[in-house]
Amino acid sequence: MMASETSSAPAGALKTGDFANVGRAAWWQRGFFASQTAYVAAALIAIVIVMALMSPAFLSAGNVANVAKNFSFIGIVTLGMTLVIVTGGIDLSVGSVMALSAIACAMAMQALASTGLAGVPFATMTLAIAAGLGVAVLVGLANGLLVARVGLSPFVTTLGMLSIARGLAYAVTEGRGQTPAGPDLDAFYAFTDGTILGVPMAVIYLLGLAAILGVVLHHTAFGRHVFALGGNEKAAALTGISVERVKVSVYVLCSLSAGFAGILMTGWLGSAPANLATGYELTIIAAAVIGGANLAGGIGGPAGAVIGALLIEVIRNGLVLAGINAYWQIVLVGMIIILAVLVDRLRSGRAA
Amino acid sequence: MTTPIIEMRGIMKRFGAVQALNNVNFHLMPGEILGLVGDNSAGKSTLMKVMTGAYQRDAGEVLVNGEETHFRSPHESRDRGIEMIYQDFALCGNMDVGQNIFLGRWPRRFGLFVDRPKMYEEARQVLGRLKVDVNSVFQKVESLSGGRQQSVAIARAISFEPKVIIFDEPTANLSVMATERLLETMAELKRQGVAQVIISHRLTDIFEVGDRIMVLKRGENVGDRYIAHTSEKEVLELIVSGTPDTALTADEALKQAA
Ligand SMILES: Nc1ncnc2c1ncn2[C@@H]1O[C@H](COP(=O)(O)OP(=O)(O)OP(=O)(O)O)[C@@H](O)[C@H]1O
Ligand SMILES: [Mg+2]
Repeated sequence: MMASETSSAPAGALKTGDFANVGRAAWWQRGFFASQTAYVAAALIAIVIVMALMSPAFLSAGNVANVAKNFSFIGIVTLGMTLVIVTGGIDLSVGSVMALSAIACAMAMQALASTGLAGVPFATMTLAIAAGLGVAVLVGLANGLLVARVGLSPFVTTLGMLSIARGLAYAVTEGRGQTPAGPDLDAFYAFTDGTILGVPMAVIYLLGLAAILGVVLHHTAFGRHVFALGGNEKAAALTGISVERVKVSVYVLCSLSAGFAGILMTGWLGSAPANLATGYELTIIAAAVIGGANLAGGIGGPAGAVIGALLIEVIRNGLVLAGINAYWQIVLVGMIIILAVLVDRLRSGRAA
Repeated sequence: MTTPIIEMRGIMKRFGAVQALNNVNFHLMPGEILGLVGDNSAGKSTLMKVMTGAYQRDAGEVLVNGEETHFRSPHESRDRGIEMIYQDFALCGNMDVGQNIFLGRWPRRFGLFVDRPKMYEEARQVLGRLKVDVNSVFQKVESLSGGRQQSVAIARAISFEPKVIIFDEPTANLSVMATERLLETMAELKRQGVAQVIISHRLTDIFEVGDRIMVLKRGENVGDRYIAHTSEKEVLELIVSGTPDTALTADEALKQAA
C-alpha cells in the first residue's frame, strides 16, 4: 500500500541510483575469511606442517586417530559452549555435567540390566543414554531458568552449578567409578567408541553436529535470534524475540552437548569416574575463544569451535611428542588464548 | 468530535524516588503530527514507553481508538499499529542492515529458515522507498555512523506500516540534509494518514512539520498549543517556566487567546 503511494509522490532528495551500487565486500574481506576463525585455521595448518616435518610420528595413523578422538570430546562441548557465548553468556558447569551424565548413563545401564527390559534389544542402552542426556537437560534447564528468568549472572550461576553437579557426581557414586554393564554393552561401545570406515564415532558426531549447528545458526530464525541476543538483548526483546526462551534453549543445548560428550568418554574409558573431565570447562571455553567466539557476545560459529578445539589438541599432542613436561602444556594453552584474542584485537584495530 | 487514535489519562509512573510522570494527559488525533517537548528528564521518553508497553504505568488509562488497553510489551502495541523509534536505536550492531530492518521477523522459508535473498531484496526496497540512504544492506550496523544507524532504525519502524509512529529525538544525530529528508518522510507519512509523535529539542523541526505541540515539565503537563497559533518563543517560555496552571488544552488556549 505504502510503496505505491510513495512512488507517486514527488521524488525526494534520493536518487534511486544510490542503491544501484549496493554490493558486497570482496569475498576475502567478509564472512569467514575476515574472521578470527580464518587466521586461527591458517595458524593450525602452519603448526601441523611444522610438526609433521619435525616429528614423523605426528602424522602416523595411530597418532592422528588419537588426536582426532581426544579433540572430538572437547569439540562437541565447544559447539554448545559457542552457542551460549554468542548470546553473551558463559557456562562453567560443562565439565561437571560431562561427569554427571556419564555416571547417570553408566548407573542406569547397570540398574536396567537386571530388569525385564534386558531381553529387549538395545532397550537398556537407549534408556541409559536417555537418562544421561536427561540429567544434562535438567542441569541446562536450571542454568537457563536462573539466568533468563531470575536474571542471575551466568558466570555465578554456572559456577555454582559446576560445584553442585560435581558434588552430586561424587555423592551418588561415593567416589567410585561406574562401569557400564548389561546385555547391550557391545552395542554401547560400538555406539560411543566404535569406528565407521576407520573414523572414530566421536569425530563423526562432532562433524555431524557442527554441520547441523552451522545450518541452524546461519539459516534458521532460531539461529538469528541467538545472534540478535548477543548483539543487543534489549533490541531483541523490543522486536518481540522471546529472549527468555532463546536463552533457556542455549543453556539446555550446551548442557546436552556436555552430557553427550561425557557419555562418549565413558565408552572410550570403559568407565565413568566421578572426576571425569575435571577442569575441562577451561579448555572448552579456551577452544571457543580461540576459534573466534567473542565473550562479549554476538560473534562465533561452529567452524571456529572445531578449529579452536583442534588447535589446542594439536599443540598439546605436539608437546607430548616433543617430550615436554605436561605441566607446560597448561601454561601454553593459556598463552595461546591470550595470543588469539590479542591478534584479533590488533586486526580489528587496524580495520577500524 | 473524532476519537483520538491514542488517548492517555492521568498517567502516573514512579522510578524509585523519581516521580517521572505525575497525572499526565495526552492525546493524538489520526494523521496528526504532535511535537512533544520539555527539558531533559521531563518524562517525554517515559510517557511514550508507557504508551507502547515498554514500561508499565502505575496508574492511569491508555486508550487506542477509544478502547482501553494494557500493553505488556511493545510487541503487543506493535500489533495495534504503534511503532516507536528509541533514542538509543535498539539495533544489533553485530548484524547487517538487512537483518536489522527485519529483526525478529525475517521472511522465512518453511517457517524455520530465514529467506535471505528475499530479506535483502525487501530491505533494499524499504530503504529505497523511504529515501533513507545507507550504502549497503550487507553492511554491519556497528560499522555505520550514528546518523546512518538512526536511519536504519527509522526504516525498520516504518517498514511495519504502522498507524502511529513515535520518533524519540530522531534528528539528534542527523545532518541538515538527512533531517530535511526525515521531515519530508514524516510529511509523506502524514499524507498517508499516519499519526506521529516527534520528541525533539529542536523546535524548528517541530514547527516545520508539526500540527500541535505538547510541553512536559518534571513529569507534568504544562502546555498544549496548536503550531499555527503559537510561536517558538511561547513554547520556550512554557518549557522554562510553565506550570500545571498553564496546561490548558490546545483548544482552550485557542479560545482564551481569541
Ligand atoms: N528505567 C528507568 N529507571 C529509573 N529511572 C528512570 C528510568 N527511565 C527514566 N527514568 C527517570 O525518569 C525521569 C524521566 O526520564 P525520561 O527519559 O522520560 O526523560 P526525557 O524527557 O526523555 O529526557 P531526555 O530529553 O533527556 O531524553 C528521569 O528522571 C529519569 O531519570
Ligand atoms: Mg528521552
